[in-house]
Amino acid sequence: MQIQMTLNQKKITAEIEADTLLLDFVRDHGCLSVKRGCETANCGLCTVLLDGVPVLSCSTLAARATGHHVQTLEGLQAEAEEFVGFIADQGAEQCGFCNPGFVMNTIALLRENPTPTDDEIRAYLAGNLCRCSGYDGQLRGIRAYLDWKEAQAK
Amino acid sequence: MNKGYRYVGQPIRKKDAMQLLLGKPAFVDDITPKDALVVKVLRSKYAHAWIQEINTDIALKVPGVVAVYTYKDVPQKRFTQAGQTYPEPSPYDRLLLDQRVRFVGDAVAIVAAENEKAADKALKLIKVQYEVLEPVLDMHTAKDNPILVHPEDNWIANCPVGADNQRNLCASGSETHGDLEGVFATCDEIIEHSYRVQACQQAMMETFRTYTEIDRYGRLHVISSTQIVFHCRRIIANALDIPKSKVHVEKPRIGGGFGAKQTVVAEVYPAFVTWKTKRPAKMIYTREESQIAASPRHEMEVHVRLGASKEGIIRALDVYTLSNTGAYGEHGPTTVGLSGHKSIPLYTANMEAFRFGYDVVYTNKQAAGAYRGYGATQGIFAVESAVNELADKLGIDPTVIREKNMVREGMTMPAYYNETTNACALDRCLERCKEIFDWEHKFPVRHMPDGKIRTAGVALSMQGSAISNCDVGSATIKLGDEGFYNLLIGAADMGTGCDTTLSQIAAECLECSPDEIEVFGADSDASPYDSGSYASSTAYLTGKAVEKACIELKENMCRIGAQLLQCEPEELEFRGDGVYKLDGSGFASRMDIATKSMVCNTIPAQATVSHTSPVSPPPFMAGMIEIELDPETGGVQVLDCAAVVDCGTALNPALARVQTEGGIVQGIGMALFENVSYMPDGSIAENSFMQYKIPTRLDMGKLHVEFEESHEPTGPYGAKSIGEVVINISAPAIAHAIFRATGVWHRTLPITPEKILLAMPNA
Repeated sequence: MQIQMTLNQKKITAEIEADTLLLDFVRDHGCLSVKRGCETANCGLCTVLLDGVPVLSCSTLAARATGHHVQTLEGLQAEAEEFVGFIADQGAEQCGFCNPGFVMNTIALLRENPTPTDDEIRAYLAGNLCRCSGYDGQLRGIRAYLDWKEAQAK
Repeated sequence: MNKGYRYVGQPIRKKDAMQLLLGKPAFVDDITPKDALVVKVLRSKYAHAWIQEINTDIALKVPGVVAVYTYKDVPQKRFTQAGQTYPEPSPYDRLLLDQRVRFVGDAVAIVAAENEKAADKALKLIKVQYEVLEPVLDMHTAKDNPILVHPEDNWIANCPVGADNQRNLCASGSETHGDLEGVFATCDEIIEHSYRVQACQQAMMETFRTYTEIDRYGRLHVISSTQIVFHCRRIIANALDIPKSKVHVEKPRIGGGFGAKQTVVAEVYPAFVTWKTKRPAKMIYTREESQIAASPRHEMEVHVRLGASKEGIIRALDVYTLSNTGAYGEHGPTTVGLSGHKSIPLYTANMEAFRFGYDVVYTNKQAAGAYRGYGATQGIFAVESAVNELADKLGIDPTVIREKNMVREGMTMPAYYNETTNACALDRCLERCKEIFDWEHKFPVRHMPDGKIRTAGVALSMQGSAISNCDVGSATIKLGDEGFYNLLIGAADMGTGCDTTLSQIAAECLECSPDEIEVFGADSDASPYDSGSYASSTAYLTGKAVEKACIELKENMCRIGAQLLQCEPEELEFRGDGVYKLDGSGFASRMDIATKSMVCNTIPAQATVSHTSPVSPPPFMAGMIEIELDPETGGVQVLDCAAVVDCGTALNPALARVQTEGGIVQGIGMALFENVSYMPDGSIAENSFMQYKIPTRLDMGKLHVEFEESHEPTGPYGAKSIGEVVINISAPAIAHAIFRATGVWHRTLPITPEKILLAMPNA
């Protein structure tokens, strides 16, 4: 079947098998930041934005994205760059394999709620697993970014 | 502790941090061609069976299928997949594909196809007729069971580890120090129990994966997510029965390892396909495969007999470990050793006698392997729980009983190869931990208004730093154009940040910024030999190799500089930006030396040093965990965790802290919910992240991590290891807290709400 979508601001048309998952589709189209960590929609590594809303691309058919705008980390580099340095300062990226999904969901969080509490951050990102960091460094990084942003605004 | 270093001890960013955080291509599947053959493995449905007939004719007719291999097609020399120094202590008990299958998930056939759909279809069309055999599933009855997991004649144990395949024994042994029974006979108090730790999965986010191709010289080029490029080379060559020279292994970034990738789990299959077909091939393990056919922690049952005086002086420890290596013996003989050697020495101070005995048995369960902690985790859960039980029985504060008995600096540890603790801040760790945790207020049992119960538990931990008298760490440092440096290593940064910490060591020694050190590794053709990143060896051993290589390079730079300045090298001093004449009359910059090294030069502008150590200095840790337990549901919430670690010098405190936090949280998962249960047919129930629950960010409470530094004289700038010691305190501290809340000691992990509720005294 043929699908059309906007992938990171670029309109594309592609011929796909009906059962193609969005995860495999975007990787096939060069968006290698999107990772598969499980097959059961449990890890959050494959998070992409579908019309600005975070979805798990492992459990979304590529066909579902037809006519919609899909964004991966490749398309949100500038927005990510603003805060990921604060994660790097904590050393909380560790192996890095879960980073893109976590970063995508953090972008979604901060768009939705620019001043989240620690508990709101934990709750929003609860579906993003990380086996290396123990999560606390990621929280410290986001908190440091928010503090910096607040100071900038003053 | 400020030791006056410039770059060592700085919390600098990891060299690859921004690339990783921005999702740039870095991992095996990102950087290798998409059009490689898809390799998949048909897996046994039976825990124990003999393949009577296997028919691949129909599978081979599936469009896109390139090859299907069975046991008839593979070399018949047995090998081990354990990434260990040759001759490996792990028995040679595997074939790539065997006629006997030994666990649910064991490999039956290999399929290579042009695409995943064709491979999947072919898997379904391979016709196998099994003679189903009775399995050995209970580790307690495995030893001397008439059913043998490895009855074959060509099974080989390379080392004298007490293995006997005719008894289902992968290893066995015992050692005694002192008059054990004599001391026990005069002890006022004896604590005796068995403690069981399950076969937890490392659950690194990137599953096992490997790409293989034939390179321009006709050699097998392997790009794999591995901690052990050199061992991997040997193991692949053994599995394929080809010369070692024909194999070249490199690793890109690794999406987590935790020991899982110290075993060659996936590599052999695409390697075999590529060697046979001469075509590029790739294998990506599914999460299910990583749960059922990988290399998890060894299930161990540790029997502890602890003898003490009524004042709480620990006088004798008798530890017997029964370890289940599963269907194959990877890391079986070695993991078990740590269950005694890294638990008993914690209580060296007054120890008059100890015994440590063990059996490691084969069963028809998933083969175990190396997982962070490597047996120490299991032994420490047992011994630390027993010490907490003793403290409770004697009515002594469990931190006080540890103060009386724990190992301190300068003590010789008979249970740890008679090594002496040259650097040990465990006493300071415990003291500081009590302070930051507020032990006096959090240890007492507190009944909250909503009916929930708050209390806390404590545990100590130790590990090693590299395998003494065995592991080799190496580094090559070379000067390049404009005076930058390349650091070449064979150790594997698997997210731990060793590329960065090793560059900090080099920068400290070469008096330049870590940004001027470009790190490369690991590659079996290009890197200097290194055992690999395991056994908490990289910072301590490879780190020391880096320091020594830099010292040697500085000498060579002085020799080259002497030619430029027309003097003797002894008249020169290296000072970061170049070499200076001691009398102040001349200077040659690093760039000048680099340029000179490329023109009419015979002095190498590089140095390679290999390092090994006769000792394995233990890092230490004290940890305390506060929980809130709901007596109506049995649910446990971790509220607060404090940990103070002595890793010698923390080379990069930010990375050491995150390592510690990550280890604690993995330990929380092991303690509370990472269950591994087998169905009656021998299959694993928790075969996905849906069932196998690893901690989320809602499960770990608050973490407070600090360091009490010591100075290890044999380590680089005083450093010991950090990677493994940090996983050991969570389970015993949580079990302790659950006892405080409920009055019941849980000695089998994980301690689930069901277990807690059913064991409540009023249940």
